[in-house]
Amino acid sequence: MSESEPEIVIEVRGLTNSFGEQVVHENLDLDVRRGEILGVVGGSGTGKSVLMRSLIGLQRPDSGVVKVFGESILDRDEQELQGIRRRWGILFQGAALFSTLTVAENVEVPLREFYSRLSDKLLDEIAAYKVVMVGLPEDTGPKYPSELSGGMRKRAGIARALALDPELLFLDEPTAGLDPIGAAAFDQLIKDLSQRLGLTVFLITHDLDTLYAICDRVAVLADRKVIAVGTIPELLALDHEWIQEYFRGPRGRAAEEANEEANESRAEEARAETGGAEA
Amino acid sequence: MSSVARYSETKDEGRRTLRFQGDLTLPRLGVLPTRLERLKGRGFLLDLSGVDRMDTIGAWVVHRTARDRDGEIIGANEDQLSLLRLVEQADKAVKVRPDAPSSLAQLLNQVGTATIMAGQTMVGLLGFFGSLLITTWRIMLHPRRLRINAIVQRIEVVGIHALGIVGLMSLLVGLVIAQQGAVQLRQFGAEVFTVNLIGRSSLKELGVLMTAIMVAGRSGSSFAAQLGSMKLAEEVDAMRTIGVSPMEALIFPRVLSTVLMMPLLGFYSGIVAIVGGGIFCWISLGIPPVTFIQRIREVVPVTDLWQLMVKAPVFGLIIGMAGCYQGMQVESNAEEVGMRTTTAVVQAIFLVIVLDAFFAVFFTSIGWL
Repeated sequence: MSESEPEIVIEVRGLTNSFGEQVVHENLDLDVRRGEILGVVGGSGTGKSVLMRSLIGLQRPDSGVVKVFGESILDRDEQELQGIRRRWGILFQGAALFSTLTVAENVEVPLREFYSRLSDKLLDEIAAYKVVMVGLPEDTGPKYPSELSGGMRKRAGIARALALDPELLFLDEPTAGLDPIGAAAFDQLIKDLSQRLGLTVFLITHDLDTLYAICDRVAVLADRKVIAVGTIPELLALDHEWIQEYFRGPRGRAAEEANEEANESRAEEARAETGGAEA
Repeated sequence: MSSVARYSETKDEGRRTLRFQGDLTLPRLGVLPTRLERLKGRGFLLDLSGVDRMDTIGAWVVHRTARDRDGEIIGANEDQLSLLRLVEQADKAVKVRPDAPSSLAQLLNQVGTATIMAGQTMVGLLGFFGSLLITTWRIMLHPRRLRINAIVQRIEVVGIHALGIVGLMSLLVGLVIAQQGAVQLRQFGAEVFTVNLIGRSSLKELGVLMTAIMVAGRSGSSFAAQLGSMKLAEEVDAMRTIGVSPMEALIFPRVLSTVLMMPLLGFYSGIVAIVGGGIFCWISLGIPPVTFIQRIREVVPVTDLWQLMVKAPVFGLIIGMAGCYQGMQVESNAEEVGMRTTTAVVQAIFLVIVLDAFFAVFFTSIGWL
């Protein structure tokens, strides 16, 4: 199944979304490649969440083509959509855990829905290791979402999104509202999981640190379309006011410096290791 | 190509070997986990060299088999080893289900909780009534605090928007009472007394009671749901910290609107029910409207109207208070909003009917027959 050309997991062509008079997207194009973490940025109200909702079939666009795994999401009946749905996981902005179910039961919901043949014991075991895998404390399983903090809720949301071992993960502002330590840990978690499980990640964020730390490419939403997609250095080379302001502003520079420092220390560690091996 | 996960058992150097084949992925697992669970014996070699693809759930199935049966995993490639390590790190004694107490303990627990809850609700409602009185007193001292806009808006929603449904309901109830009454009274040749039946029952009992039930269902429930959602969204907390008293801004206008609207709606309902009965009498019994109205004026004493006017505001107070009190009790999640809304309606209707019985006895004893 390996291909030298990067395989396109999400393909959007000519997407147009509007609410009444207000046009959110107009002729928007976007590609997401297999195995990459694509960050989506844009000012408030540029339709980042609406874009995600149209990709996962919650928002009917006025026109355009949305293909996920090479299959069109639009004009499908429920039956056909189910086959695609079991291949992706979604973390909503507020985690959207089912409030009447415990964390473990939340994780089991997609498993029960799609694979009813798994035994209850195995389901419980799967829920348990997923809960640990996303870094939740071991006593979180039987708790209800209302008993969790915001960060824990997000982690539980990720655990549910990962329940089916999806190939594609949609994250809507995963680090919003987390403390810096929690946010950094969350970034690491997403990077880790995407590397180990070969996930493709579609990530909406405002967090510059997240962009620098984990995103392979960044798509910029402005003027009702994706105005640029590329690595951060590529974007910085562009002469667009909003992009320059976004990445060159005080916060952008701070994030860049922090990232450089982290890279340097990582490089140093690597050098020290290889040096030790040579000696 | 992808294929269903399966295994074959062979003997290698005296050890039983499970040779896995196909995709060890969730969609392809099929009955493999169940078959592995039923397997007897221990100390297997688990050979993964024939596996095409594996995900964490596949890795978990292999890992648990190895763990529970002293198995040894061989033939795994780099990626598979990494996945196995991942799930192994995540294999901790994790609680998944809450502790389930024994059924007797559970029963006792439920009874106890319900009793305490009932007690707390009584005390809570009393306290709520108290703070409502204090708020009313404060507003009377400083009339500028009266939120006219909020009250007018509530009055519109509680009163005016209810006119249609209350009217329709009352008309039908009036018709049914007249029709059923006529059938029974005909047996004694006392059909004319249908008018007495309609007049007396509509004005002092049915009208106000049916209206109370309708208002509890329409407005009491919406009070509870609105306030509950506002509490969940921390709007009530925000209000407090800004210095706005939720009692003044949210609860007083709501309760006042039901207190003011209930007598008007109750009276309206009684009149429409009489009209309904009148229509039936006209069409079916041949009593013309003029005669009907004359008879009504003769048989319905004015005390019936006073009874209605005394009862209705009290019912309104109960409905508004139950709705607001239950709404303000919402603490944790969306499910509670629904639960509290139901409780508000049930409580309001129950209290209204109990109080109605007391009123009946009271009015009889003071001679308002």
